[in-house]
Amino acid sequence: MSAALTFWRSFAVNRGAVLGLAVMLGLVVLAVLADIAAPYSPIEQFRDSLLTPPVWQEGGTWHYPLGTDDVGRDILSRLIFGARLSLMIGLTVVTLALCLGTALGLTAAFAGGIVDVVIMRTMDVVLVFPSLLLAIVVVAILGPGLFNAMMAVAIVFLPGYTRLVRASALSELARDYVTATRSAGAGTLRLMFNTVLPNCAAPLIVQASLGFSGAILDAAALGFLGLGAQPPTPEWGTMLAGALQYYQRAWWVLTFPGLAILITVLAFNLLGDGLRDALDPKLKR
Amino acid sequence: MSKFRSALLGAVALAGFAIAGQATAQAKTLVYCSEGAPENFNPMINTTGTTFDANKPIYDRLINFKPGSTEVEPGLAEKWDVSADGLTFVFHLRHNAKWQSTKTYKPTHGFNADDVIFSFERQWKDANPYHKVSGGAYDYFNDMSMPDLLVSIDKIDDYTVKFVLKKPQAPFLANLAMDFAAIQSKEYADTLLKTGKPELIDQEPVGTGPFELVQYVRDATIRYRAFPGYWGAKPKIDTLVFSINKDAAVRLAKLRANECQISVFPAPADLPSIKADKTLQLLSQPGLNIGYLAFNNQKPPFTNIKVRQAINMAIDKKAILDAVYQGAGVPAKNLIPPSLWSYNTKVEDYKYDPAAAKKLLAEAGFPDGFETDLWAMPVQRPYNPDAKRIGELMQSDLAKVGIKAKIVSYEWGEYRKRVQNGEAGMAELGWTGDNGDPDNFFVPLAGCAASRIGGGSASKFCNPEFEALIQKAAEITNQSERAKLYEQAQVVMHREAPFFLIAHSVVYLPMRANVTGYKMSPLGAHEFTTVDLK
Amino acid sequence: MLRFLLRRVTLIIPTFIGVTLASFLLIHAVPGDPIEVRVGEHGIAPERLAILRHEFGLDQPLWKQFADYEVQVASGHLGASTVTHQPVWDEFLTLFPATVELSVCALIFALVIGLPLGVIAAVKRGTAFDYGLMGVSVTGASMPIFWWGLMMILVFSVSLGWTPVAGRIGDAFFVEPWSGFMLIDSWFSDDDGAFASAVSHLILPTIVLGTIPLATIARMTRSAMLEVLGDDFIRTARAKGLSPLRVVIVHALRNALIPVVTVIGLQVGALLGGAILTETIFAWPGVGHWLIEAIQRRDYPVLQGGTLLIAVLVMAVNLGVDVTYGFLNPRIRK
Repeated sequence: MSAALTFWRSFAVNRGAVLGLAVMLGLVVLAVLADIAAPYSPIEQFRDSLLTPPVWQEGGTWHYPLGTDDVGRDILSRLIFGARLSLMIGLTVVTLALCLGTALGLTAAFAGGIVDVVIMRTMDVVLVFPSLLLAIVVVAILGPGLFNAMMAVAIVFLPGYTRLVRASALSELARDYVTATRSAGAGTLRLMFNTVLPNCAAPLIVQASLGFSGAILDAAALGFLGLGAQPPTPEWGTMLAGALQYYQRAWWVLTFPGLAILITVLAFNLLGDGLRDALDPKLKR
Repeated sequence: MSKFRSALLGAVALAGFAIAGQATAQAKTLVYCSEGAPENFNPMINTTGTTFDANKPIYDRLINFKPGSTEVEPGLAEKWDVSADGLTFVFHLRHNAKWQSTKTYKPTHGFNADDVIFSFERQWKDANPYHKVSGGAYDYFNDMSMPDLLVSIDKIDDYTVKFVLKKPQAPFLANLAMDFAAIQSKEYADTLLKTGKPELIDQEPVGTGPFELVQYVRDATIRYRAFPGYWGAKPKIDTLVFSINKDAAVRLAKLRANECQISVFPAPADLPSIKADKTLQLLSQPGLNIGYLAFNNQKPPFTNIKVRQAINMAIDKKAILDAVYQGAGVPAKNLIPPSLWSYNTKVEDYKYDPAAAKKLLAEAGFPDGFETDLWAMPVQRPYNPDAKRIGELMQSDLAKVGIKAKIVSYEWGEYRKRVQNGEAGMAELGWTGDNGDPDNFFVPLAGCAASRIGGGSASKFCNPEFEALIQKAAEITNQSERAKLYEQAQVVMHREAPFFLIAHSVVYLPMRANVTGYKMSPLGAHEFTTVDLK
Repeated sequence: MLRFLLRRVTLIIPTFIGVTLASFLLIHAVPGDPIEVRVGEHGIAPERLAILRHEFGLDQPLWKQFADYEVQVASGHLGASTVTHQPVWDEFLTLFPATVELSVCALIFALVIGLPLGVIAAVKRGTAFDYGLMGVSVTGASMPIFWWGLMMILVFSVSLGWTPVAGRIGDAFFVEPWSGFMLIDSWFSDDDGAFASAVSHLILPTIVLGTIPLATIARMTRSAMLEVLGDDFIRTARAKGLSPLRVVIVHALRNALIPVVTVIGLQVGALLGGAILTETIFAWPGVGHWLIEAIQRRDYPVLQGGTLLIAVLVMAVNLGVDVTYGFLNPRIRK
């Protein structure tokens, strides 16, 4: 309890981080309650109200507070359901990259030798390609779609986690307590997951929280290039791609989904910064 | 001094007050905002309209399409004789056609029969040293069955060439007016071969056409100037520039700023504002095309005629035209566009009637509908401005009669292949006519031969009654008799409903109000020989 | 030092082989091939497909294709585009300057604004300026730049009409591309106003591509400066009575620059990724634009050669950063 309290105290000092946390919690609530919170279904088309402007502009109406898109769907409702998708994207990508990266990193650190070399050189190769280019090629292989886009982004994120886990595992392995546990007869797996991994947790948590924002951003970029979620899925990047034809005439179809991405990514970045400062005393100033 | 001034201007621009509309530097420069970069400068080895457009100013053919029509007129051949059996064509070539030059090549003589022979043999004969140059894929030459059709091409004298065919073929002359039949210079080819750089023939082109290439900046601009040695009427403009812009919104913005004077493929959403703009004019022409949703007629439940008819009643065609085509299309009730001869005006389209559709579905054994997939192309096509949006509209209409359709898309090449392999349940696709013959629509899209797995037809439709009609129509030459058969075929097709026919798009071309003399081509080409600026 | 250099260079060789293998395999795993993509609605007869596949060498087993490719690369050839039939290397050379021009401008923009802002924020630590700047910079680092670019176009090009919408220079200007850098070429053009036009076309893409590096550099400079400002030698310098400006600029900034240089080096990969999006939005005819098109057209030689060249570039920059860093900081050389 007191550890949690200490953590919260050092976290709460950072006002930006608290703001980020609040926005994130708000998004979670919206995502969970999307069915209640959204005025309409995200895919319902109101064929007699195409491209209605937002309420404060001439021609706008309270029926569609943020206006409608080119087939008459309520933008507010799509954004609210999109929050659900974005959180899911962040969660899936980070979980995938985290699990795989941890497994690879621990294997490399424990096995050493040729296994280590192969894993780490492979990660080097992945890192050499610009991440977006690599993600685009991976999606081209798997075919466009939300899940495939998430896979692609997870692959791109993999080296970061693998390197991090390997580095911290190696430094833990050199410590006395590990040698002691080992000589006490603990198996390798037990050593990996019970002893070494918990000690690398802090940097991993920080990396994961920052990874959330990267995942949302990259998945949105793929959606924007037409390679992510397919219509009528209300994914924010995909909404932007659909808005391209109309944005000079109807600024709202472009502005709001982009703002939603920006705010979400910003919230996770602030949160990640705060977590880093609170969890990693070495970096704390 | 001028450098200093431009530096100053640059600084001003940096501060945010950029200078717009400097485009009118020289007199009689026409800038055309085009939609994409040409693949290279040889129409023989390409298939896209974009590349054909960029090559039209440079090259001539033996025969040309009259500007603004599908009728043919003399090109490099001044006249021609056809033998009574229709197997021998003798072309009399013009004497006054000159070749253009490049930085490294100056022609020593004008156009003659050797050039004609070279240009066809390059595409036709393995032994020609240029046959394999630049990839060696002559898609149109093969698509038009030239290798099966040609027996020989011979030079009678310097200005007479004889073509001998295996069988008579009425559209042969029109085929020679197509882009792939461009004439390249044999002397230029020989010179390049000697210097060991044959591939330059397709990168630094030499033609006999009205304009010669000055500069191509990859993915940005193509610059031509009027060719002083051109044999025909001199173009009215001195410099022609293609400004390459993929984005329709960008093209329109440039047109509005007078950075270009003609701009291709406007977004349908922008048409009303273009019409309202006094500084612009908007030409339009019905396109020779059809956009449709094909049912896979060999895959249940679409084997059931009632299901196909029901979907024809369940989708609100008008909503699609309003929301997506926005005036740039006419609703389709027949496979062929209304401008084509034999179009059956008496066919009456299915009415939008969800209740009747639901009833039909129940009769077909699907009272609660069914689940299926609906394929949408990933790309914009001339006949379909936004397949995904149309897919979404259809999906929502189909849901109302209980059909749950999942939108599926693949990369374009993959998409076409899978659809033609019969993997889709329902798939959006379409067709643009090549030569203005109804046969060119019915046979590839709904004929039995094309319905094999991997065949061109997306509908996999093979109906004996329909097939007999179109087969018969292809064998006779009398056009009014053929028209009657095609009209009947359209009635059969309406009843069988192998497609949900969406629309024939209307091609719009916005340009500045001071542009005169532009003629729109029914075949979708863009040509600037007759254009002038007031 | 020499040993350090040698070790770093040897490490690159397996990565390089891995990169050629990865780019080859990944690209061949993409469904569809260059022939299928160009066929279109007309379809293709199976016999002709077989002929074409043979001509492109696509009927060979994959390992054979890879072996051929390796031999080709080892002898310095990257093949020719299946679409334009021009050598990949030539295409890269014509387009790469456009990407470099944009990236360098973006980096300069980020440095010129980011460095001073970071320094000021560090000096005025804890003030409203500091908080405001850090807020803006974390926002900048969170920016979806594809949206940012479109918003800039919407405001500055469409609504205000201040900047051109797309491209590198007005279409009416005739510029001989002898260096490939539009700013240089247009400067020597005979057309008056060509240079101004080139500059005005650069403004928005530069800002858009420079946004994220700017945010990163400002943050990095601030924290590096904070660290250095607390060091003993700065206190000594202050105690000696040197002017505060001199202390900050000459003593502190010089030392703070080391981590900043590293960050700039690491930004190169990210810049190229950002260039793909920026070039797409502004129709900037550069390498990113080229690769996206090549993916759509399944232009294998261009994709393989292009990704390979970019990967080599990133490796070279990383090596350069490592070496510079090792040079500046002898401790990591061991």
